[in-house]
Amino acid sequence: MLQRSLMRVLLGVVVLGHGTNLLLQLVGGPPARVPIVGNSPPETFADPLPQALALTAVVITFALTTFLLALGYRSFTLIGHDEVQDDLEDRRIARIKHPAASLPTTDDDRDSGDEEAR
Amino acid sequence: MTAQPVLTALPTLPVLLPILGAALTVVVGASVAAQRIIALTTLGAVATVAAVLLAAADRTGPVVAALGGWAPPVGIALVADRLSALLLLVSTLVALAVLVYAISQRIADYGRRMASSTFYPMYLVLSAGVSLAYLSGDLFTLFVSFEIMLTASYVLITRRTTTQTIRAGMTYVTVSLLSSLLFLTAVGMVYAATATVNLADLSERVQTLPPGLRTVLALMLVVVFGIKAAMVPLHFWLPDSYPNAPAPVTALFAGLLTKVSFYAMVRTQTLLFPHDGPWTLMLWFAVATMLVGALGALAQNDINRLLSFLLVSHIGFMLFGLGVFDARGLSGATLYAAHHITVLATLFLVSGLIVRRTGTVALDRMGGLLRTSPALAVLFGIPALTLAGIPPTAGFVAKLQLLQAGAEAGPGPVAVAEVVIVASFLTLYALARVWVRVFWGKPAPTVEDPDPDDELEVGTARTPWPMYAATAGLVVVSLAIAAFAGPLSGVTGRAGEDLVARDGYRTAVLGSG
Repeated sequence: MLQRSLMRVLLGVVVLGHGTNLLLQLVGGPPARVPIVGNSPPETFADPLPQALALTAVVITFALTTFLLALGYRSFTLIGHDEVQDDLEDRRIARIKHPAASLPTTDDDRDSGDEEAR
Repeated sequence: MTAQPVLTALPTLPVLLPILGAALTVVVGASVAAQRIIALTTLGAVATVAAVLLAAADRTGPVVAALGGWAPPVGIALVADRLSALLLLVSTLVALAVLVYAISQRIADYGRRMASSTFYPMYLVLSAGVSLAYLSGDLFTLFVSFEIMLTASYVLITRRTTTQTIRAGMTYVTVSLLSSLLFLTAVGMVYAATATVNLADLSERVQTLPPGLRTVLALMLVVVFGIKAAMVPLHFWLPDSYPNAPAPVTALFAGLLTKVSFYAMVRTQTLLFPHDGPWTLMLWFAVATMLVGALGALAQNDINRLLSFLLVSHIGFMLFGLGVFDARGLSGATLYAAHHITVLATLFLVSGLIVRRTGTVALDRMGGLLRTSPALAVLFGIPALTLAGIPPTAGFVAKLQLLQAGAEAGPGPVAVAEVVIVASFLTLYALARVWVRVFWGKPAPTVEDPDPDDELEVGTARTPWPMYAATAGLVVVSLAIAAFAGPLSGVTGRAGEDLVARDGYRTAVLGSG
C-alpha cells in the first residue's frame, strides 16, 4: 500500500480486500450445512448472514478495484506513468528554505511540478 | 408506529427516489433538460420527505421502516429519529442549492445543450448514499451506504481528469478505500463478538462484552469514521484532494461527506459505547483537530486549501460536543453540524465564484473585489462571520451551546472549551486575512485562464445569475438557522437527550416489530 506506483497500491488493496472478505467468512463460524430450510435441521446450519455480508463486500471490492485500475490507466495516458506525485505544498516549503530560488505561486508550482514529473 | 403504514414507508423514500432518479437521468441521457428537471424534482421531493420525517420524529419518536417485512433485528431497518431527520433535511437542502449552482455553471461554460452521462446520475447516487447513511439502522447498511456515497464521489472527483486533479483523485480514492476496508473489518469483528449488526440490538449486546474487547471495537470505529470525517491526525488527505475538484463538487463534499461520517461516529459511539462522563480521548482529538486545522489555514495562500483546513478545524468543534458526551454537548454538536453543512458549502461556492471572477486561487494575486464585485463581498462576508461565530449568526448560537455544555461538564471540558475560543479567533483571523487580500486593496488584474480547454472557466465576469442565487439561497438557509435557533435548539436538545437515553431508539426499532 505504501508504494508510489498506483499498480502496486492496487495489488495491496486487492490483498487487503481479500483478507477482509475472508475475515467476514470466518466470522460465521466453522463450515456447516447449507442453510436452506427443509434440507437439514436448523441446528446444523451455517450462519448465512456473514456469507451475505461477504458477498456484498466482494462485489464492492471488485467494483472499486476496477475503478482504481481505470484511474491508473487514465493517469498513465495523461502523464505517462502511474506514480503518485510529490506533494506540491511540501515542495513549496522546501523551496522557501532555500531563499536563492524565487518564491513561486501555486500556479507556477503546479506547472513546474508536472514538468519535473515527466 | 404500527398504525401508520404511510409513515413507516417514508424513510425508504429519501434512498429510493434519488436512485430511481439516477436511473432515469441515464435513460433520458440525450435530453439534458429532462435530466435537469429529474434531478431537481428528485432532490426537492427528498427535502419534502425529510421535513415530514423530522416533524414526525419530533412529535411521535423515531420512524422505523423494516425492509421486506422482516422485523428487526433480523431484517434491515431504516430509522429516522430527530438527529438523522434534521441532518437529512439540511443536507438535502444544501445538495439542492449546489445542484442549481452546478447546472447554471454548466450552462454558462458548455452551452445549454451539454448533456452529461455521469454528472447527474452520480450526483443523485451520492445523495442516495448520504440519505441511506443517515437512515440506516444497522452497521452493514451503514457500510454499504458509505460505499454508495464514496463510489459516486470518486467518479465526481476524478471526472474530466487533468494532470493536476488525478494526483488528488488517487490520494482520495486510496485513503477512502483503506478506511472502507477497515470499516468492513470492524463490522466483521463486531459481528463475531455479538452475532448481530443491527444497531439497536448491538446497543444491548455490546454491554455484555468484556471491556477490553469493547474498547478495541470502539476505537476501530473511531479510526474508520475519523479518517472519513478528517479528524486530526487522520485528516491529511482532505486539504490535498478537495481543492482540486470543481467548485460545486467541492462544496457538496465539504458540506456533506465529512458530516455524514461525523453523524456515523455519533450514532455508533452513543448507541454502542456509552460513557458516563466526558470522553477524554475524544476531547484530545477535538483539541488536535481544532488547532491543527486553524493553524494550517493560516499558512495557506490558496483560497480553497484555506477553506479545507478551516473545514478540518471545525470538525474539531463537533468532536468536542461528542467528547463532552452529555445531552447538552450532543445537542450543541448536532446544531453545529447543521450549521456547518450549510456554511462550508456556501463558502466553497463563493470561492468558486471568486476564482471565476479573478482567474486564480492564489490569495496574493487577488484584490479590490469589494469595488469590482460588491455582491460577492456580501455573499462571502455573511458565511465568513457565521463560521467564525460572530453573535447574531448561526455559528454563534451553536458555539454557545457547545461552550455552555463544556463549562458545565467538569475541568477537562472547560480546558477544551478554552481551546474552542482560541480556534474561533484563529478562524476569524484566517477569514479576515482572506477578506483583506481579496476584497480590499487595489483591484488586481484578472489572471488569464491558464488552461482554457479544461473543466473550469476562470477569469471571466460572465457569471449567470442562478449561480449567485443558489449561493444566496444557502446564505439565507444559514441565516434561517440563526433566526429559528429557538425551535431548532429545542429539536437538537431533544435529539441530544435521545442519544444519551438510547431507549427511544432501541424500543422504536426492536419493539415495533
